[in-house]
Amino acid sequence: MANPSALASRAGELAGNAQILANRLRDLAQTLTVTAPPSAHAAPPFVFELTVFVLAVFVGYYVVWRVTPALHSPLMSVTNAISSVIVVGALIAAGPRGISFAKIMGFVAVTLAAVNIFGGFIVTQRMLQMFQRKK
Amino acid sequence: MSESLSALLYLVASICFIMALRGLSSPETARAGNVYGIAGMAIAILTTLSTPQVVSYWLIIVGVIIGGAIGTYISQRIHMTALPQLVAAFHSLVGLSAVCVAAAAFADPQAYGIGIKGAIYAESLVEMAIGLTIGAITFTGAVVAFAKLQGLVSGRPLVFPGQHILNAGIAIVIVLVILAFVASEAATAFWLLTALALAFGFLLIVPIGGADMPVVISMLNSYSGWAACGIGFTLSNSLLIITGGLVGSSGAILSYIMCKGMNRSIVNVILGGFGGESEAAGAGAGAGHGDRMVKSGSAEDAAFILKNAGSVIVVPGYGMAVAQAQHALREMADILKKDGVNVRYAIHPVAGRMPGHMNVLLAEANVPYDEVLELDEINRDFPSTDVAFVIGANDVTNPAAKTDRSSPIYGMPILDVERAKTVLFVKRSMASGYAGVENELFYRDNTMMLFGDAKKMCEEIVKALE
Repeated sequence: MANPSALASRAGELAGNAQILANRLRDLAQTLTVTAPPSAHAAPPFVFELTVFVLAVFVGYYVVWRVTPALHSPLMSVTNAISSVIVVGALIAAGPRGISFAKIMGFVAVTLAAVNIFGGFIVTQRMLQMFQRKK
Repeated sequence: MSESLSALLYLVASICFIMALRGLSSPETARAGNVYGIAGMAIAILTTLSTPQVVSYWLIIVGVIIGGAIGTYISQRIHMTALPQLVAAFHSLVGLSAVCVAAAAFADPQAYGIGIKGAIYAESLVEMAIGLTIGAITFTGAVVAFAKLQGLVSGRPLVFPGQHILNAGIAIVIVLVILAFVASEAATAFWLLTALALAFGFLLIVPIGGADMPVVISMLNSYSGWAACGIGFTLSNSLLIITGGLVGSSGAILSYIMCKGMNRSIVNVILGGFGGESEAAGAGAGAGHGDRMVKSGSAEDAAFILKNAGSVIVVPGYGMAVAQAQHALREMADILKKDGVNVRYAIHPVAGRMPGHMNVLLAEANVPYDEVLELDEINRDFPSTDVAFVIGANDVTNPAAKTDRSSPIYGMPILDVERAKTVLFVKRSMASGYAGVENELFYRDNTMMLFGDAKKMCEEIVKALE
C-alpha cells in the first residue's frame, strides 16, 4: 500500500502546504510592520497633516497676494508645473519590480506629470524672458 | 535613504516652491523664482527615486522621456495667444495623474504604507476618495475648458432645463458613493466614483461661457492643487500637501480677483449661462439704435489725431489677441514715442482669456513692462490724456457699468476711457461685447470708430504715420 510514488506525491503536497503557510506568515509579518508605526506615534498623523496643510494654505495666501498682476499668467503656469509634484506618488507606484495594475497606473501618471513638469517650467521661462524693462 | 532624510529633503523642495511663487512679486526676481521651482522639483523627484520602494527604474525612465519630450516640444512651439488653452490642457493632466495615483494606491496600498488590500485604513480611504474625486473633476472640467478655448466646441454656454438639479443630484450621489466606498472598500464603488466625478467635471464647465474662462481656468488651477493635496493626505506626504495647499490657494485668489474684475460672485459664474443671449441681444439693440449716428474714420484720420496728441493710453482686449495685433500695435507706439508722444497701456483685470494674458502678449511684442499699467494705477490719468486707443476691448470701457443699474455689467470696474479728450475704437463691427450690452461710448461726439481688423488697422496707421 505504501508505494513510493504515492509517498512522493504526498511529500510534494506537504511541501506545497508548507510553502503556502510560509507565504501567509510573511504576509502577516508585513501587515504587522505596516500597521505598527502609526500606533507608535503620539499624535494622530491626520492632525499633523492637517496642521501642515493649513499652514501651507496661509503661506500660499500671503505669498500669492504679493504677486504683481502683470505676472498672473506665469503664476498660473508655474503653479501648474509645481502641482505636478504629484509625480512623487506616481514614482512610488511605478517603482516596484514586475508588472502590476498599480505599476501601469504609476507609469501613466509619471508620463502625464512629466509633460506638465517640462511643459510648465519651459513655458513659464519663455514668458518671463519676454518681460523687459524700458531700455 | 532614511525616512527622516527624505522628509527633510521634501521640506527643502517645499521651500523652493514657496520661493518660486515669491519670486513672481516682480519681473526682476521672477526668473530666479522659476529656477527655484525647477530645483525644488528636481530635489523632490531624486529624493523619491532613492527611497527603498523604488527599485525598478526602466518604466520610470521611459515615462519621463516620453512625457518630457512631449512637454518640451509643445511648450516651445506654442503661440502666446494660445496660452489659455495650453494651461487648461496642463490642468487636465494634473487631474488625470491624480486619478491614476489614487487607482495605484487603491490597487497596491502596501507600497504606500496605508494598509493592505482589503484592509486599507478608513482614514486613507476617505482621503483617497476625495483626491480621486477632485482629480477626476479637474480632468474633465479642464478638457471642456480646453475645447472651448481652442474653438473645438462653441464658446457659448450650454444650458438645458434641470441642469442645476442634475448637478446637485450628482453631487449628492458622489457623497453617498464616497461613504459606501469607505465602508466597503469595494472596487465597484471606486470606479463608480471615478465615473461620477468625471461626469460632474464635464457638466460643471459646460454651462460657462467663453468670456468667463479667466475664472474657470483659475478655478481649475485651484482644483488641481486641491487634488494634489488629497493625494498628499492619502500618502501622508507633506510635500504634496504643502504644494497642493500653495497651488490651491493661488488658484482661489486668482478666481477671486477675476470675479471682482467682473463684479460677479463665484457662484454666479459657476451656475453659468452668462453671455448666452449675447447675439440676440446685440441684434435687438442694434435695431433699436439704427438711426443713431456713429462717427467712423480711416487709418489716416487716426494717424493724424495720434500724431498731434501729447499722451496716448492704449486699452487692449481679447480682440487684439485674436487678431495677433500686438506687434503692429507696438510698432505704431514706437513711431509715436519717437515723435514725443507719451504712450502707455492700460490693462483691465479680465482682459483676455486668462489672468495676465494681455501683459504676456504685450511683453512678447517687446513692450517694456513699466509702460503697462493696471486699472488702479492708470484710471485717474484718463482725464488728462489726449487719446484713448481702444483695441479689441469693449465691455471693460462701457460707462453703463457705472450709470445703468439695469445693465448686466453694472458695478463692474471699468477703464474711464470716456474721460479722455478723444476715444479711438478699433473694432470689426458694431456688435456688442460678450455681455450683450450696447456701448454708449460709440455714439459720443469725441469717439471715432475705426472699423476693421485690429492688426490691419494698426499696420495702416503705421503707414500713414510714416
